[in-house]
Amino acid sequence: MNFAVLQFPASNCDQDALHVVQNVLGHSGRLLWHKERSLAGFDAVIIPGGFSYGDYLRTGAIARFSPIMQAVQTFAAQGGPVLGICNGFQILCEAGLLPGALIRNRSLQFRCEHIFLKTAAHDSPFTRQIPEGKLLRLPIAHGEGCYFADDATLEQLQAGRQILWQYVNAAGEPSDQANPNGSLRNIAGICNPARNVAGLMPHPERASEEILGSADGRLIFESLISWLQTKLATAA
Amino acid sequence: MKATIIVTPKKAVLDPQGKTVANALEQMGYKGIGAVHVGKYLEIELPAGDPESWRKQLDQACHRILSNPVIEDYHLEIEA
Repeated sequence: MNFAVLQFPASNCDQDALHVVQNVLGHSGRLLWHKERSLAGFDAVIIPGGFSYGDYLRTGAIARFSPIMQAVQTFAAQGGPVLGICNGFQILCEAGLLPGALIRNRSLQFRCEHIFLKTAAHDSPFTRQIPEGKLLRLPIAHGEGCYFADDATLEQLQAGRQILWQYVNAAGEPSDQANPNGSLRNIAGICNPARNVAGLMPHPERASEEILGSADGRLIFESLISWLQTKLATAA
Repeated sequence: MKATIIVTPKKAVLDPQGKTVANALEQMGYKGIGAVHVGKYLEIELPAGDPESWRKQLDQACHRILSNPVIEDYHLEIEA
Protein backbone atom coordinates (compact mmCIF):
# COMPACT_ATOMS: atom_id res chain seq x y z
CA MET A 1 0.00 0.00 0.00
CA ASN A 2 1.12 3.55 -0.67
CA PHE A 3 0.61 6.16 2.06
CA ALA A 4 0.71 9.94 1.76
CA VAL A 5 1.94 11.60 4.95
CA LEU A 6 1.07 15.30 4.79
CA GLN A 7 3.55 17.93 5.92
CA PHE A 8 2.47 21.38 7.04
CA PRO A 9 4.77 24.07 8.39
CA ALA A 10 5.42 22.83 11.97
CA SER A 11 4.15 19.30 11.53
CA ASN A 12 6.47 17.27 13.76
CA CYS A 13 5.24 13.68 13.74
CA ASP A 14 5.49 13.27 9.97
CA GLN A 15 8.79 11.37 10.06
CA ASP A 16 7.52 9.05 12.80
CA ALA A 17 4.40 8.21 10.80
CA LEU A 18 6.44 7.55 7.67
CA HIS A 19 8.89 5.41 9.68
CA VAL A 20 6.07 3.17 10.89
CA VAL A 21 4.57 2.83 7.41
CA GLN A 22 7.87 2.04 5.70
CA ASN A 23 10.22 0.47 8.23
CA VAL A 24 7.88 -1.15 10.71
CA LEU A 25 5.10 -2.28 8.39
CA GLY A 26 7.04 -2.60 5.14
CA HIS A 27 4.75 -0.50 2.97
CA SER A 28 5.55 2.47 0.80
CA GLY A 29 4.92 6.07 1.67
CA ARG A 30 5.95 9.57 0.85
CA LEU A 31 5.91 12.92 2.61
CA LEU A 32 3.65 15.34 0.81
CA TRP A 33 4.20 19.08 1.30
CA HIS A 34 0.99 21.02 1.96
CA LYS A 35 1.36 23.05 -1.23
CA GLU A 36 0.86 19.90 -3.33
CA ARG A 37 -2.52 19.52 -5.00
CA SER A 38 -2.76 15.86 -5.97
CA LEU A 39 -3.11 12.57 -4.14
CA ALA A 40 -2.95 10.49 -7.31
CA GLY A 41 -1.33 7.10 -6.71
CA PHE A 42 -1.95 7.03 -2.95
CA ASP A 43 -4.11 4.46 -1.17
CA ALA A 44 -4.37 6.27 2.16
CA VAL A 45 -3.62 9.63 3.74
CA ILE A 46 -2.13 10.27 7.17
CA ILE A 47 -2.35 13.77 8.60
CA PRO A 48 0.31 13.69 11.31
CA GLY A 49 0.65 15.51 14.59
CA GLY A 50 2.44 18.76 15.26
CA PHE A 51 1.62 22.41 15.59
CA SER A 52 0.74 23.39 12.03
CA TYR A 53 1.04 27.16 11.55
CA GLY A 54 2.05 27.51 15.18
CA ASP A 55 -1.55 26.73 16.25
CA TYR A 56 -2.28 30.38 15.37
CA LEU A 57 -5.93 31.44 15.56
CA ARG A 58 -7.09 27.91 16.49
CA THR A 59 -5.41 24.52 16.16
CA GLY A 60 -5.76 23.34 12.57
CA ALA A 61 -7.68 26.45 11.49
CA ILE A 62 -5.15 27.65 8.94
CA ALA A 63 -3.82 24.28 7.77
CA ARG A 64 -7.27 23.29 6.57
CA PHE A 65 -7.03 25.93 3.83
CA SER A 66 -3.73 24.57 2.49
CA PRO A 67 -3.92 23.47 -1.16
CA ILE A 68 -3.48 19.77 -0.32
CA MET A 69 -6.62 19.83 1.82
CA GLN A 70 -8.79 20.32 -1.27
CA ALA A 71 -7.34 17.06 -2.60
CA VAL A 72 -8.00 15.42 0.77
CA GLN A 73 -11.67 16.50 0.60
CA THR A 74 -12.01 14.89 -2.84
CA PHE A 75 -10.05 11.78 -1.79
CA ALA A 76 -12.30 11.35 1.27
CA ALA A 77 -15.49 11.96 -0.73
CA GLN A 78 -14.44 9.11 -3.03
CA GLY A 79 -14.09 6.77 -0.06
CA GLY A 80 -10.32 6.98 0.39
CA PRO A 81 -9.19 6.40 3.97
CA VAL A 82 -7.82 9.40 5.89
CA LEU A 83 -6.33 9.15 9.39
CA GLY A 84 -5.68 12.31 11.41
CA ILE A 85 -3.44 11.99 14.46
CA CYS A 86 -3.41 14.71 17.14
CA ASN A 87 -3.01 17.93 15.14
CA GLY A 88 -4.28 15.89 12.18
CA PHE A 89 -7.51 15.23 14.12
CA GLN A 90 -7.80 18.96 14.87
CA ILE A 91 -7.31 19.78 11.16
CA LEU A 92 -9.99 17.25 10.10
CA CYS A 93 -12.48 18.81 12.52
CA GLU A 94 -11.70 22.33 11.32
CA ALA A 95 -12.06 21.11 7.73
CA GLY A 96 -15.53 19.76 8.48
CA LEU A 97 -14.47 16.22 7.55
CA LEU A 98 -15.19 15.21 11.14
CA PRO A 99 -17.82 16.74 13.45
CA GLY A 100 -17.06 18.69 16.62
CA ALA A 101 -13.93 20.52 17.73
CA LEU A 102 -10.89 20.07 19.97
CA ILE A 103 -10.55 22.75 22.63
CA ARG A 104 -8.17 23.61 25.47
CA ASN A 105 -7.62 20.79 27.97
CA ARG A 106 -9.81 21.04 31.05
CA SER A 107 -6.67 21.30 33.22
CA LEU A 108 -5.19 24.04 30.99
CA GLN A 109 -2.03 21.92 31.06
CA PHE A 110 -0.21 20.32 28.16
CA ARG A 111 -0.58 16.62 28.89
CA CYS A 112 2.25 14.31 27.90
CA GLU A 113 1.76 10.78 29.23
CA HIS A 114 0.60 7.27 28.38
CA ILE A 115 -3.12 6.57 28.57
CA PHE A 116 -5.38 3.55 28.03
CA LEU A 117 -7.78 3.48 25.11
CA LYS A 118 -10.83 1.33 24.68
CA THR A 119 -11.96 0.62 21.14
CA ALA A 120 -15.67 1.36 21.13
CA ALA A 121 -16.40 0.21 17.57
CA HIS A 122 -14.48 -2.49 15.73
CA ASP A 123 -16.31 -2.14 12.43
CA SER A 124 -14.14 0.54 10.85
CA PRO A 125 -11.07 0.52 8.61
CA PHE A 126 -9.04 1.78 11.56
CA THR A 127 -10.14 -0.68 14.26
CA ARG A 128 -11.04 -3.97 12.53
CA GLN A 129 -7.83 -5.76 13.60
CA ILE A 130 -7.98 -4.67 17.24
CA PRO A 131 -9.04 -7.67 19.35
CA GLU A 132 -12.29 -7.33 21.34
CA GLY A 133 -11.56 -6.19 24.87
CA LYS A 134 -7.95 -5.22 24.11
CA LEU A 135 -6.93 -1.92 25.70
CA LEU A 136 -4.41 0.15 23.76
CA ARG A 137 -1.58 1.75 25.73
CA LEU A 138 -0.67 4.88 23.77
CA PRO A 139 1.00 8.21 24.48
CA ILE A 140 -0.78 11.55 24.29
CA ALA A 141 0.94 14.91 23.92
CA HIS A 142 -1.42 17.84 23.53
CA GLY A 143 -2.70 21.05 25.04
CA GLU A 144 -5.91 21.18 23.03
CA GLY A 145 -7.41 17.73 22.99
CA CYS A 146 -10.71 18.21 24.78
CA TYR A 147 -13.32 16.90 22.35
CA PHE A 148 -16.44 19.05 22.18
CA ALA A 149 -19.64 18.71 20.17
CA ASP A 150 -23.22 19.76 20.91
CA ASP A 151 -25.65 17.22 22.35
CA ALA A 152 -27.32 16.47 19.02
CA THR A 153 -23.95 15.70 17.41
CA LEU A 154 -22.91 13.51 20.34
CA GLU A 155 -26.14 11.53 20.00
CA GLN A 156 -25.50 11.09 16.29
CA LEU A 157 -21.95 9.91 16.96
CA GLN A 158 -23.20 7.41 19.49
CA ALA A 159 -26.09 6.17 17.36
CA GLY A 160 -23.90 5.88 14.27
CA ARG A 161 -21.17 4.02 16.19
CA GLN A 162 -18.75 6.76 15.15
CA ILE A 163 -17.00 6.92 18.51
CA LEU A 164 -14.01 4.67 17.81
CA TRP A 165 -11.86 5.19 20.91
CA GLN A 166 -12.46 6.35 24.49
CA TYR A 167 -10.08 7.16 27.33
CA VAL A 168 -10.44 4.49 30.02
CA ASN A 169 -8.69 3.38 33.18
CA ALA A 170 -6.65 0.17 33.43
CA ALA A 171 -9.87 -1.73 34.10
CA GLY A 172 -11.35 -0.48 30.83
CA GLU A 173 -13.87 1.91 32.40
CA PRO A 174 -14.37 5.36 30.85
CA SER A 175 -14.05 7.13 34.20
CA ASP A 176 -13.63 10.86 34.73
CA GLN A 177 -10.23 10.25 36.29
CA ALA A 178 -9.03 8.42 33.18
CA ASN A 179 -10.02 11.39 31.03
CA PRO A 180 -6.83 13.41 30.48
CA ASN A 181 -8.37 16.48 28.89
CA GLY A 182 -12.08 16.74 29.69
CA SER A 183 -13.32 15.29 26.38
CA LEU A 184 -17.07 14.79 26.35
CA ARG A 185 -18.00 11.09 26.77
CA ASN A 186 -14.24 10.42 27.15
CA ILE A 187 -13.93 10.62 23.37
CA ALA A 188 -10.36 10.10 22.11
CA GLY A 189 -11.18 9.40 18.48
CA ILE A 190 -14.09 9.32 16.06
CA CYS A 191 -14.89 8.59 12.42
CA ASN A 192 -17.25 10.14 9.87
CA PRO A 193 -20.59 8.47 9.00
CA ALA A 194 -19.00 6.77 5.94
CA ARG A 195 -16.28 5.46 8.31
CA ASN A 196 -13.37 6.25 5.96
CA VAL A 197 -12.16 9.38 7.79
CA ALA A 198 -10.98 9.04 11.38
CA GLY A 199 -9.12 11.18 13.88
CA LEU A 200 -7.66 10.55 17.31
CA MET A 201 -5.61 12.57 19.80
CA PRO A 202 -3.27 9.76 21.01
CA HIS A 203 -0.20 8.86 18.96
CA PRO A 204 -0.22 5.31 17.55
CA GLU A 205 2.90 6.10 15.48
CA ARG A 206 4.86 6.66 18.70
CA ALA A 207 3.87 3.26 20.03
CA SER A 208 4.33 0.82 17.17
CA GLU A 209 7.51 -0.91 18.34
CA GLU A 210 8.25 -2.73 21.59
CA ILE A 211 11.42 -0.71 22.08
CA LEU A 212 9.21 2.36 22.54
CA GLY A 213 7.37 0.77 25.44
CA SER A 214 4.27 -0.25 23.51
CA ALA A 215 3.50 -1.64 20.08
CA ASP A 216 -0.27 -1.29 20.46
CA GLY A 217 -0.39 1.53 17.93
CA ARG A 218 0.49 -0.95 15.17
CA LEU A 219 -2.99 -2.42 15.42
CA ILE A 220 -4.48 0.79 14.07
CA PHE A 221 -2.15 0.88 11.05
CA GLU A 222 -2.54 -2.88 10.50
CA SER A 223 -6.32 -2.45 10.58
CA LEU A 224 -6.08 0.14 7.85
CA ILE A 225 -3.74 -2.02 5.73
CA SER A 226 -5.96 -5.08 6.03
CA TRP A 227 -8.99 -2.98 5.09
CA LEU A 228 -7.19 -1.65 2.02
CA GLN A 229 -6.11 -5.17 1.03
CA THR A 230 -9.68 -6.44 1.36
CA LYS A 231 -10.96 -3.52 -0.68
CA LEU A 232 -8.40 -4.19 -3.41
CA ALA A 233 -9.17 -7.91 -3.47
CA THR A 234 -12.89 -7.19 -3.78
CA ALA A 235 -12.30 -4.74 -6.61
CA ALA A 236 -10.10 -7.20 -8.54
CA MET B 1 -11.71 52.35 8.23
CA LYS B 2 -11.30 49.27 10.37
CA ALA B 3 -13.15 46.19 11.48
CA THR B 4 -13.12 44.88 15.01
CA ILE B 5 -14.09 41.29 15.74
CA ILE B 6 -14.62 39.79 19.17
CA VAL B 7 -14.64 36.01 19.35
CA THR B 8 -15.91 34.34 22.53
CA PRO B 9 -16.47 30.72 23.50
CA LYS B 10 -20.12 29.64 23.25
CA LYS B 11 -21.82 29.50 26.62
CA ALA B 12 -22.35 25.74 26.34
CA VAL B 13 -18.63 25.10 25.77
CA LEU B 14 -16.30 24.37 28.67
CA ASP B 15 -14.11 27.43 29.24
CA PRO B 16 -11.39 26.36 31.68
CA GLN B 17 -9.46 29.54 30.98
CA GLY B 18 -12.41 31.75 31.98
CA LYS B 19 -13.03 29.65 35.04
CA THR B 20 -9.39 29.89 36.12
CA VAL B 21 -9.41 33.67 35.70
CA ALA B 22 -12.64 33.89 37.71
CA ASN B 23 -11.07 31.82 40.50
CA ALA B 24 -7.98 34.05 40.52
CA LEU B 25 -10.08 37.21 40.73
CA GLU B 26 -12.11 35.71 43.56
CA GLN B 27 -8.91 34.81 45.44
CA MET B 28 -7.58 38.33 44.95
CA GLY B 29 -10.60 39.66 46.77
CA TYR B 30 -12.90 40.62 43.92
CA LYS B 31 -15.94 39.02 45.48
CA GLY B 32 -19.26 38.40 43.83
CA ILE B 33 -18.19 38.36 40.19
CA GLY B 34 -19.98 36.00 37.82
CA ALA B 35 -18.57 33.76 35.10
CA VAL B 36 -15.59 35.02 33.10
CA HIS B 37 -15.30 34.27 29.37
CA VAL B 38 -11.92 34.62 27.71
CA GLY B 39 -11.99 35.26 23.99
CA LYS B 40 -10.05 36.92 21.18
CA TYR B 41 -10.02 40.41 19.76
CA LEU B 42 -9.09 41.01 16.13
CA GLU B 43 -8.57 44.37 14.49
CA ILE B 44 -8.49 44.47 10.70
CA GLU B 45 -7.41 47.61 8.86
CA LEU B 46 -9.51 48.36 5.80
CA PRO B 47 -9.08 50.79 2.91
CA ALA B 48 -11.85 53.36 2.50
CA GLY B 49 -14.83 51.80 0.77
CA ASP B 50 -18.38 50.61 1.19
CA PRO B 51 -18.77 49.47 4.83
CA GLU B 52 -21.66 47.17 3.94
CA SER B 53 -19.62 45.35 1.36
CA TRP B 54 -16.83 44.85 3.92
CA ARG B 55 -19.34 43.69 6.50
CA LYS B 56 -20.62 41.05 4.11
CA GLN B 57 -17.14 39.80 3.24
CA LEU B 58 -15.86 39.76 6.81
CA ASP B 59 -19.03 38.10 8.06
CA GLN B 60 -18.22 35.30 5.66
CA ALA B 61 -14.58 35.27 6.80
CA CYS B 62 -15.73 35.01 10.43
CA HIS B 63 -17.74 31.92 9.51
CA ARG B 64 -15.04 30.33 7.40
CA ILE B 65 -11.88 30.90 9.40
CA LEU B 66 -11.83 33.69 12.01
CA SER B 67 -14.18 31.81 14.32
CA ASN B 68 -15.30 28.19 14.60
CA PRO B 69 -19.12 28.16 14.79
CA VAL B 70 -19.01 24.81 16.61
CA ILE B 71 -17.41 26.34 19.70
CA GLU B 72 -17.40 30.13 19.28
CA ASP B 73 -19.62 33.17 18.75
CA TYR B 74 -18.39 36.38 17.19
CA HIS B 75 -19.33 40.03 17.11
CA LEU B 76 -18.27 42.11 14.11
CA GLU B 77 -18.15 45.92 13.97
CA ILE B 78 -17.08 48.16 11.11
CA GLU B 79 -15.82 51.58 12.16
CA ALA B 80 -15.49 54.44 9.71
